[in-house]
Amino acid sequence: MAQAWLLARAISGAYLGGEGLSELAPVLGGLGFVLLARPVLAWVGDIAAHRVSATVKARLREDLLAAAVRMGPRWAAETPSSSVVLLATRGLDALDGFYGRYLPQAVLAVLVPLAVIVCLGFVDGVAAITVALTVPLVPVFMVLVGRMSAAHRARRWALLGRLARRFGDVVAGLTTLRIFGAAEAQVGVLRRITDTYRSTTMATLRVAFLSALVLELLATISVALVAVGIGLRLAVGELTLDVGLFALVLAPEAYLPLRRLGAEFHASEEGVTAAAEAFAIIEAHPSVGGAEAGRPMPMPKPMPARIRALVIDGVSVSQPGRGVLAPAGASLVLRPGEVVAVTGPSGCGKSTLLGVILGLVEPSVGRVLLEAGATSGGAADADAVGADGVDVRELDAEAWRGAVAWVPQAPYLLPGTVAENVRLGARTPVADADVVVALDAAGLGEDAGVGPSREVGEGGRGLSGGERRRVGVARALVRRAPLLLLDEPTAGLDAAAEAAVTRAIRSAADAGAMVLLVAHRPGAIAGADRCVEIRWAEVAP
Amino acid sequence: MRDLFAVLRLGRPMTWRLLLAVAAGVGAAGAAIGLAATSAWLISKAAQQPVMLTLLAAVTAVRAFGIGRGVLRYAERLAAHDAAFRVLGELRGTVYARLVRLAPAGLAELRTGDLVARLVGDVDGLADLWLRVALPYASALAVVAGAAVLVGWFVPGVAVVLLVSVAVTAFVAPLAAGLTSRGAEARLAPARGALAATALDVLRAAPELLAAGVVDRALVPLRASGARLAAAERGTALGAGAGSLVAGISAGASVLASLVIGILAVRDGSLDGVALAVVALTPIAVHEVVAPLAPSARLLPALAASAHRVMELLHRPEPVTEPAPTAATVIPDGPLGLRIQDLEVRYPATAATPATPATPATPATTPAALGPVTLDIPAGARLVVTGRSGAGKSTLAAACLRFVDPAAGAIHLTSGGTVPSAAALSDIPSDEVRRVIGLCEQDPHIFDATLADNLRLARPGAPDPALHAALAAAGLADWVTTLPDGLATQVGDHGARLSGGQRQRLALARALLADVRILVLDEPTEHLDEPTARAFVADLPAATDGRTILVLTHRPELFDGPAWTHGPELRKPA
Repeated sequence: MAQAWLLARAISGAYLGGEGLSELAPVLGGLGFVLLARPVLAWVGDIAAHRVSATVKARLREDLLAAAVRMGPRWAAETPSSSVVLLATRGLDALDGFYGRYLPQAVLAVLVPLAVIVCLGFVDGVAAITVALTVPLVPVFMVLVGRMSAAHRARRWALLGRLARRFGDVVAGLTTLRIFGAAEAQVGVLRRITDTYRSTTMATLRVAFLSALVLELLATISVALVAVGIGLRLAVGELTLDVGLFALVLAPEAYLPLRRLGAEFHASEEGVTAAAEAFAIIEAHPSVGGAEAGRPMPMPKPMPARIRALVIDGVSVSQPGRGVLAPAGASLVLRPGEVVAVTGPSGCGKSTLLGVILGLVEPSVGRVLLEAGATSGGAADADAVGADGVDVRELDAEAWRGAVAWVPQAPYLLPGTVAENVRLGARTPVADADVVVALDAAGLGEDAGVGPSREVGEGGRGLSGGERRRVGVARALVRRAPLLLLDEPTAGLDAAAEAAVTRAIRSAADAGAMVLLVAHRPGAIAGADRCVEIRWAEVAP
Repeated sequence: MRDLFAVLRLGRPMTWRLLLAVAAGVGAAGAAIGLAATSAWLISKAAQQPVMLTLLAAVTAVRAFGIGRGVLRYAERLAAHDAAFRVLGELRGTVYARLVRLAPAGLAELRTGDLVARLVGDVDGLADLWLRVALPYASALAVVAGAAVLVGWFVPGVAVVLLVSVAVTAFVAPLAAGLTSRGAEARLAPARGALAATALDVLRAAPELLAAGVVDRALVPLRASGARLAAAERGTALGAGAGSLVAGISAGASVLASLVIGILAVRDGSLDGVALAVVALTPIAVHEVVAPLAPSARLLPALAASAHRVMELLHRPEPVTEPAPTAATVIPDGPLGLRIQDLEVRYPATAATPATPATPATPATTPAALGPVTLDIPAGARLVVTGRSGAGKSTLAAACLRFVDPAAGAIHLTSGGTVPSAAALSDIPSDEVRRVIGLCEQDPHIFDATLADNLRLARPGAPDPALHAALAAAGLADWVTTLPDGLATQVGDHGARLSGGQRQRLALARALLADVRILVLDEPTEHLDEPTARAFVADLPAATDGRTILVLTHRPELFDGPAWTHGPELRKPA
């Protein structure tokens, strides 16, 4: 503002007053100072805005991913991980626009027009009124256009998610596609998706840019009104040139922040949409164990010091979209020192049963009980079983999971060394020697070419399927947990490795662990004390 | 930088759309400057209180410029976005087509998350190369030239001031920003890619981590890559500030200098006083036009990094040498066999550091992944090859499918026709090889689509009865009948809604459906329970209908009976 005044003063002085440089020196000096101060202040503002944005984003990203990891397998099956990752990177990056540009601009948009109007009011009432009447129109139009673009934006974001999902799927399956000679055909499909994405985006942008256009036109016409008004009044001698120039230089400044605000509007909205989605996931994070929202959470019961038996009591799980219960009414009793094999046809819910025991899957019917007390042995005990058990869902979830070691069908290896992957199983630090012992027990180790320092890639790349599974077994063994759940631990193993794993399982049981394994192979079943067959059933209509 | 030019060259098919955007941009910026200049002149002239008529032309011009600026800006933004998205759509298609040629051996060390980040994030980010760098620079520089001519006509000195200050804003300011942020921009894209890859890993492992109660420990690397990204982002903040500082000072200085020169010119009579306002105010308008250039140019290092990540994929060497089209051998008709002689396979060293122009990726010698192996599978035979974990079973399968070139030895297709003949696999284009040799991988990918979609991949347009037959051969007939949606059942991301055994069998059904003459089965009985595995093996000869079969397994005992011959055991190469 000072800049405008001094500039106007200098021009009119030199032009009409015929003043020279020496007379104008103070005015020019002041102008120089103002011109310098402006960028310095802008600099400070810029840095602050960027830093705030980076910090907020880092925090949101971390919370989002941590929440997504804790969501449990059912949620994960419905929500492709690639869309979560997209949200955490591209989605939240859009917040830059919000913090870096939109917020500061919004503050300016309120303050600057007011200040300009007040200043103009002192020197030229007519121009001030013109500006005061037109400026409020801008936010009104912005709100109108903003409403219009909201729906477009949501559609665009959903489409981007679909695009990422599709790309992720196709890229992950490239080898499979090539085997069937279908990879080239996907080029066309992807191009079509990209094309749809482009036209949807363009539709969004047409509306979003429209807001900028409306603002720009409003601002321009208003400035033109001011300028022409000034010109005419100058011509009839109502105004002096310096006042006229001042008003002319200042008037656009009243609209500039609003125009910029309009331009940043669509960028910021995208960030806000993404942030809202991130918050939805963060807040939906279920209290671990999959407890239904609204169900009162009683005080978790402590883990019993000694366990007499694990009782699976008529557990059924309905499979969404399949109209079946799998497992249907599974029951078994497992005591310390026992190895029990769960068998049954594919898809009968063997893996699901392990999920129920772990508390990752909520049973539709039935419960899993833990009997406290010393093992006395003897058949007479069997009657008492189930009478005084604690439902594992009522146990402190962390303590319960600490007591269980689980080897899924396809253990997921994180990039790093084999030793790091084995250590991932234990919650307390594990000595190098123990890692070696666990690997040996699983039939791995230096002799088998899979020593502790062997590097593995994403998803266990570099190791064969059987080796990955055995790393998973070693990972479970270092936990020294009282309950071992093994999902087809010997699949993909040759006879020697299978014997090693069976031995390791047996010695864990001899040390007092309860072992439940899902098995197909006679070798693994032969190593078990008992076999329990489970089945699936159609849901009664 | 070379990569950036390479990306820019991709715009050639869109030349006229891009020119349209530049033209609209020039018009919009020109209108903005014209608006400032004519209003300045209008007011100065008006102060002389001339006859109304002399002002009317200027009044009209002010209005025209005002409306033109808004409308042209709108047109520019739409045209520019449309053109940029079109170019990027093409780029994405090209990159994907390249990935197709490279997979799987040529991409071995890349994580899926990273690949997707390149294909979606980096390519999308390159839109800014057009939207915020190339097009704005093109139109701004054209407009600046015009403005310089305008003010130069009044006072040549001001034109010089204008050009110098614009040069500072457009070129020195980004440089200053780059120096201050010390390459933080260039670290952004790789940091983002690493975060995406780590996040994908941890999310896939989530159920296990959750069950083991070690989520917090697994989040440590995730946090670390998040912190690296945030640090790079904060680094760019300093640069952004420095850039706008330099740009702001240069704008201020140019206004002041123009004013001083203008005043001097008025004093010595070489400039009409009426034009002084034009000379002094035009630089303000010009700098408003070029001001956005400094933050845009700051994007260049990040864009160069993205461009490099994308272009690097395009420049990767193909893992398989294709025969010259003229020299390509034609595959004989009729049943085919496979003859493998002294075959040895080595994978190229994984590029831990990406290849740079100075040090091209040289295929370092790695330990042999397979071999030497010699096998003969006559047409129509069913050979079972046994091997322990890590003996190279999957590598042998990859060599048969021509996904990797042999390091030594050769594979021949043999024909048992009236005139026995043999064709070296390396003389046949790899796509042709896969037309006759199929594979069921050990770790097959199930697509997030319906059962039918997954199956029809193997034979597009196959009728439903054919799909049911294939499912029945893989032992899934009963299961499919329990599905309310039948073949239209969605299987979920990576087949998440199927059990492990169902996934394996779906993949087998898919392989059986493929119309190939030789079928390689890598651990086909994996995840199958004992009775199902035996039934599957018993049905296999009928289901494959006389095709030549190579089974790679660690459980040879399942494949007994007269239908099967057993080959030598694969041994881990020394």
